Amino acid sequence: MRIFDPHIHMTSRTTDDYQRMYAAGVRAITEPAFWLGQPRTNVGSFVDYFDGLLGWERFRAAQFGIRHHCTIALNPKEANDPRCHGVLEVLPRYLAKDGVVAVGEVGFDSMTDDEEKVFLRQLELAGEHDLPVLVHTPHRDKAAGTRRTLELVAASGLPPERVLVDHLNETTVGMVADSGCWMGFSIYPDTKMDEHRMVRILADRGLERMIVNSAADWGHSDPLKTVKTGRAMLAEGFSADDVDTVLWQNPVEFYGQSGRLLLDEVDLAGTGGRAATFEGNSILRGQRPDPAEA
Amino acid sequence: MSATIERTTPHLDEAARARLTALVAEVETDPGRISVLFPAVGRTVARGPSNPADPDGLRSPRLEDEARAALLVAAADGWSKEPGKLVEEIGQLYRFGDADEKRAVLRALPALDIADAGLPLVADALRTNDVRLVAAALGPYAARHLDAAAWRQGVLKCLFVGVPLDAVADLDARTDEELARMVADYGNERVAAGRSVPTDAWRILGRHPEAVAGRFPVPSQED
Repeated sequence: MRIFDPHIHMTSRTTDDYQRMYAAGVRAITEPAFWLGQPRTNVGSFVDYFDGLLGWERFRAAQFGIRHHCTIALNPKEANDPRCHGVLEVLPRYLAKDGVVAVGEVGFDSMTDDEEKVFLRQLELAGEHDLPVLVHTPHRDKAAGTRRTLELVAASGLPPERVLVDHLNETTVGMVADSGCWMGFSIYPDTKMDEHRMVRILADRGLERMIVNSAADWGHSDPLKTVKTGRAMLAEGFSADDVDTVLWQNPVEFYGQSGRLLLDEVDLAGTGGRAATFEGNSILRGQRPDPAEA
Repeated sequence: MSATIERTTPHLDEAARARLTALVAEVETDPGRISVLFPAVGRTVARGPSNPADPDGLRSPRLEDEARAALLVAAADGWSKEPGKLVEEIGQLYRFGDADEKRAVLRALPALDIADAGLPLVADALRTNDVRLVAAALGPYAARHLDAAAWRQGVLKCLFVGVPLDAVADLDARTDEELARMVADYGNERVAAGRSVPTDAWRILGRHPEAVAGRFPVPSQED
């Protein structure tokens, strides 16, 4: 099983997770920029975070044989803090970079006017930078938030096939299917959506435009939920090709619209290997290769 | 402009130069466009080492470094009457750049008529331990503008982090007795720790045996 996890927040995870993910077949991921739990209070905090997604985290993932991409945006929750609105000014510099495969996560949290204004501006930026969009749907009042999301996407003029609407469930999947947008499902332990419900949705609706992710972050979550969904699909009679469609080909097709995926094999023996250093820092603490003896 | 492209991009093939020419024209017309065209150069023009033996571009510019230099020269032309804007944008491209973009800014500094306004970027690069940035920081711009103390510390850092001294512009001309003394003391510390001394160290020790004598055993140049 080869897996592309299209939504996972690796800055919140450990190297043990990277090892387990690689062992289970994860070879590529996309890490959306999002809320860090602790609210940020100035633009500089975002800039350093974006630099980390593009720099250190990509390097760290490569140490474990996993290709790391990211999406960049001002997330819905922090769109409500005027101290963070300056992030919109710096986004164009980041949206031009290699490895940035979409604008995201954008969308609604509490359906405020500020959220809508920031969402609309970022839909425009996606058009200007020829990037797909990853849209977060709210955890509260999800159906209304998803409906409003689809109205704004339709009004933006962006082609629906360049928009992935995430965190769906049985009550919201239908309207997104009808819109022509991609349908994303975050599979969590205990809450929201699990792998068995996911398999039923796939059995009912087919595999086209279907995306499955772990959305693992700093909360109770599981970076192997993609793998577990693949196993649940096999147990219910889906073929290995079907699993590959959902867990690899679909996310590659969606993010591939950016033209910026980095999917060449990670070279563990070469310069991207375990002995490499990032800006002088290596994850092999205390075992840094000695340049004088190299 | 094609003469400038030829001068700044000796390793680009014709197809890459054709793609670059369109971007250069865009920047000449509207220099502010460089803020989004510069980061995208690896995708839009070319990417890769100009010298396969130097994949990280420590001793020689990579293809994307050359293309980015051409864009910066075009921006300098576009802002020729507003040099302050050029200096500001160079600083922003460096600040928001990833390591590849930062390296390209450093490598382009000698081609830009900005006197010593690029020194804060050189200083920043020399504070890192990233071999790509340290190597690019010690090019011809630093050879011309960096003060002696900072330049010596930069060369010593090269020995520390493994940057080949071939990356340092005007090494022989600027090497002085004080640098030789510093390298001799560094060599002593390495030996005391039971570690080897980089062979590049002898390029400096050998030039000033009088500064090294009694500090570190260096074979005389007659040997």
